[in-house]
Amino acid sequence: MSGLVWVFPLRTDATSGAAKRGKSFVHVAEASWGKGLSTLLRIVRLTLRHPWQVAITIISTFIAATLQLFIPRLLGRAIDQAQGVLTAGAGPAAEHALWNTALTLLVVSILRGLFTMAQNYYGEAVGHRTGYELRLAFYEKIQRLSFSFHDRVHTGDLITLGLLDLDGVRMFFSTGILRVVLLGVLIGVGAYLLISTDLVLGLLSLSFVPFVAWRSSVTQLALRSTWLTLQERLSVLSRVMDENLGGIRVVRAFAAQRHELEKFDRAKQDALDLANQRVGIRVSNTSAMNFSFLAAMGLVLWFGGQKVIAGQISVGTLAQFLTFMTILQMPVRQLGLMVNSFARASTCGTRLFELLDTELDIEDAPDARDLVVTDGMLRFEDVGFRYAGAGRPTLSGISFEARSGQTIGIVGPPGSGKSTIAHLIPRFYDVTSGAITIDGQDISKVTLQSLRKAVGVVQQDAFLFTTSIENNIAYGNPWARETRIGQAAEYAQLHNYIIGLPAGYTTVVGERGASLSGGQRQRLTIARSLMLRPSVLVFDDSTAAIDAGTEQRIRAAMKRFAKDRVTLIISHRLSSLMHADQILFVEGGRIVERGTHEELLALGGRYRALYDLQLRPDDDRPVVTGAA
Amino acid sequence: MSTHSGDEKEDTSGRPTKAVVGSHRDEEEVFGKAYDPRIVRRIWNFVKPYRGRIYISVAAVLVFTLTQLAIPLVIRYAIDHGMAAGRLDRSVMIWATGAFATIILINYGASYVQESVVGKVAENVLSDLRRAMFSHLQRVSLSFMDKTEVGRLMSRLQGDVNSMQEFLETSVMSVGDIVLLFGIVSVLLWLDFRLGLLTLSTMPVLFIVRLFWLPRAKVAFMAAHETNSIANGALAEGIHGVRTVQSLERQHVNFDLYDEKVLANLNVHLRSARYAQVMVPIVDTLTGFAMATVIVVGGSMVLSHSLDVGIMVAFLFYIQRFFDPIRSLTMQYSVMQRAMASGQRISEVLDVPVDVSDKDNAVKLSRDMDGTVEFRNVTFGYRQNLPVLKNVSFRVNPGETVALVGPTGSGKSSSMALVHRFYDVWSGQVLVGGHDVRDLTQDSLGEQVAMVLQEPFLFSGTVLENIRYHKTGANREEVVRAALAVGAHDFIENLPDGYDTELEQRGGNLSLGQRQLISFARALVADAKILVLDEATASIDSYTEMLIQKALIKLLEGRTGLVIAHRLATIRGADRIIVLQNGEIVESGNHEQLMAIKGLYARLYNMNYASFDDISEEEMGMDAAVGKAT
Repeated sequence: MSGLVWVFPLRTDATSGAAKRGKSFVHVAEASWGKGLSTLLRIVRLTLRHPWQVAITIISTFIAATLQLFIPRLLGRAIDQAQGVLTAGAGPAAEHALWNTALTLLVVSILRGLFTMAQNYYGEAVGHRTGYELRLAFYEKIQRLSFSFHDRVHTGDLITLGLLDLDGVRMFFSTGILRVVLLGVLIGVGAYLLISTDLVLGLLSLSFVPFVAWRSSVTQLALRSTWLTLQERLSVLSRVMDENLGGIRVVRAFAAQRHELEKFDRAKQDALDLANQRVGIRVSNTSAMNFSFLAAMGLVLWFGGQKVIAGQISVGTLAQFLTFMTILQMPVRQLGLMVNSFARASTCGTRLFELLDTELDIEDAPDARDLVVTDGMLRFEDVGFRYAGAGRPTLSGISFEARSGQTIGIVGPPGSGKSTIAHLIPRFYDVTSGAITIDGQDISKVTLQSLRKAVGVVQQDAFLFTTSIENNIAYGNPWARETRIGQAAEYAQLHNYIIGLPAGYTTVVGERGASLSGGQRQRLTIARSLMLRPSVLVFDDSTAAIDAGTEQRIRAAMKRFAKDRVTLIISHRLSSLMHADQILFVEGGRIVERGTHEELLALGGRYRALYDLQLRPDDDRPVVTGAA
Repeated sequence: MSTHSGDEKEDTSGRPTKAVVGSHRDEEEVFGKAYDPRIVRRIWNFVKPYRGRIYISVAAVLVFTLTQLAIPLVIRYAIDHGMAAGRLDRSVMIWATGAFATIILINYGASYVQESVVGKVAENVLSDLRRAMFSHLQRVSLSFMDKTEVGRLMSRLQGDVNSMQEFLETSVMSVGDIVLLFGIVSVLLWLDFRLGLLTLSTMPVLFIVRLFWLPRAKVAFMAAHETNSIANGALAEGIHGVRTVQSLERQHVNFDLYDEKVLANLNVHLRSARYAQVMVPIVDTLTGFAMATVIVVGGSMVLSHSLDVGIMVAFLFYIQRFFDPIRSLTMQYSVMQRAMASGQRISEVLDVPVDVSDKDNAVKLSRDMDGTVEFRNVTFGYRQNLPVLKNVSFRVNPGETVALVGPTGSGKSSSMALVHRFYDVWSGQVLVGGHDVRDLTQDSLGEQVAMVLQEPFLFSGTVLENIRYHKTGANREEVVRAALAVGAHDFIENLPDGYDTELEQRGGNLSLGQRQLISFARALVADAKILVLDEATASIDSYTEMLIQKALIKLLEGRTGLVIAHRLATIRGADRIIVLQNGEIVESGNHEQLMAIKGLYARLYNMNYASFDDISEEEMGMDAAVGKAT
């Protein structure tokens, strides 16, 4: 049993992976002022990549807002004209004046409508185009960031970043910048017009503006922060539901429905309380804003009425003030949304740009050349590796070489670093010391594309894309002909199964498609890797779910295929790699035993101990189960 | 396959023929009938408990709308009776301002009551609806759950419930809109019938325009929504599959494909923006037209003293609010259609029959029962005329361990599910402790029958919470004792926070073997008399495997065990082995007996694999044929 001590304490790759992981993006709650400002400027620069549309939008906004300011004036004038104030009594002149005003008003309204349309449309268009560019940039970055980045950052956070945060940035132009222009014109020019007409009434008409602006901003910021909390609580709730429905058999098996309902009720109540609280915040704000607006209107009516009675202003002028207030009301109430847009854009933008600015830690060297495979000689030269942030190295002093046609088996306890070896060859991670060469070319000095085309890794947990089986197999070479896809499936012992399906090779698999068993998924992954005809083919514990008989047939079928490439088999099942030309036993990141199966058995070390445990003839098998 | 050779090169310059990014699921029906009394009644049942508050808020909406209608009238009164030439009167101004102040106070109160009551009721109804669905799903038959994608259920619990909330909130508002609309119309006609009629003539124009516009716009809006989810799906896939993408060097291909999707999304959005914005100048033109009419016609009337100037001012005020209710009411129509479609789907969930439920006179299975499990002539299946178990009879005595063995599809898992009454048998009986499971309460049955499933499912929460999942009252010592017994204690202690380590979703931060051990500890804490266990098939590293084997002994100690066994060691350790094939018991006995009769079991055994699952179906088939031949 001495051979078994190595696995203790039980530590899997999965646990160490989780420990490595940090949360770097979600927790930038609010950016600092300076950073926020530079983020906003960067968003402005991004929108300025569409200078014409930005110009059209801003000019339209100016014109539309100015035209809107004319409407109260025209209405006021019409009222005065109707009273004959301006024409000194009724008569054709007065009628004519009314017609004039009416037509002007009609034209102004139509133009205002058209310019508002232009403002809104181009405002949105600029946002959508900026969003389009950001989405592409984001997608490209995500696809190129190395494995260590993806180990570190949760996929859920990345998705949030690419959807919600990106939206926050995209909307900044129309909900932030344009509103500034609009409000600037309406309040600035409007205030000038009103105050120059009548100082007291002008100030009274505007009196609600500061209050409403302040209330609305404060409320929006409060709603924003509670929104984030609400989202968290809702995600707790959906996790409870999702887990319950996914694990319904366990729930039933333990008769735990009541317990689950309690869990649900707690999560539900948390979300509900906050939602109700938010309704409260929102509503008290709306009614307060309404009230202050109407109160200001009452004041204008009272003082304006006095002035009319005193003969200082006309009824038309009073009506002009009142209508002006109704026009100003909406944009001022939306001021809070503008403030919110600024806050959102600066935090979202800071996060998004942080990602877009992340340096690629694995990319082509400046003078990288394409890998040229001649003999197909893979060499590890004293390779050491340490995961970023990890205390001790995962691999050290790994040296071996393999020629084309050879098979190398790598075996070892969980967490020994055997999978890491597989990940170093296609440069999913870069070695910390030493070098890996293929036909004498250091893999860190060749182009990534040529390297990864030459190295195929059949991964442990196969990701299937939601598309046809055919497209999945041809994933690395989507131009491939059907015959080659069939060939790869035959090698992987999957062809017979596929043609038995009603839709054959066009059967959709993946998350939303037909479900495949673990073994079938792994076989599909094998077929997928064969499509690239790599010079180095690595099986990273990728046959665990395939039964031994099928595995043997795969091996037999691939014999011819394996002739002109290096094959690396990483497994904890000895039967998968006993036949290898050389077997490396890895433990604690070092190769502790190496040789052929027979040599290692003869050695009587760890390999031997593992062999005894797994494949000892049955009669000696310890009976470990049962009450007998 | 002679066409294939190493030299053959595909043309990789063109568009890849076999590549897509992202997937697209057919969206569920978004719009239903605008009004379906059945669904409305159903939803009303959920609103009913809050009907008092609904009445209050409808009353508040009415009051609020009336105050809005009244404001221009007060202004009109002030102008005509206090300021108009020749009628200057300060006392009128005091009255008018007083009235104005009163109205805005009422307005303030009404708006507060209306919005907060509606908002909160909607939140509560939504929450109740969700709970009703969720708790119903806890009771519906597993055959429904087997058939239904979790994602689909989740979208009902979330999306559909949310669109009901939107509906509830806006329906109360639309009461206000309708009142406002009719209010404005009547006030205008009342103030001056002729001018009112003239001004209102623009209103039908907007109605007609909206009727033409709405269906087309809706298509554009829907398309925007749909391409959004397509593009987002492609992004999510790119993130989830990034390791595969990189290892197969698909970045360039994917980028181009993604670009196409995002570009399509952009264009659709621009189109829907055009649809949305084209209404702006139309409404503005109509408003301008109505105002111009008032100025020309009303103005002349004022000039000829047949109309008070205050009325003209009031008209101008009303016109500015004129089109709002029409706009929101036409929108409300789509909201209703969407709500009906959602309501339909919600009802579907609520209507799923509960076919396994306690009898009225169901008895509790007591802890003192003997622990036998017996199948008497059980026939059972999932689809009609396709029985999975055919007339199966066997008995497991107290304390005995029976291994169920057989190829995939032989009915092992179904037998296991029947012990726990996940389903009801077609004919025959399943007895636990001498009682037909249909006569027992499901809760008490669940307490005495512990189950360990093949795929150990862990919930998010700490390790501790997971182990005492069944017995939330269990204290830490009990949990530790169970973990020690199954050999899980050591690795749990090595986790960052020991027993208080938070598990990631579905225990993602643990290996399969570790999850298995935790699920054993969970079953041990449950301390049931009968254990039903489905052994994991996937290969686990040798050391954990040993721990699991040891834990099994511990787990079965003093319990009746029914084990779906995959590993030879487990099978050989059982007291009795039952071999199933095609839903029938073909052999039964202990290892030696079964080997002696040289039947299916002996053949499986002699293939000499470490586990029966190493034997592929094809080999089984081959072998069966050979077996028949000999």
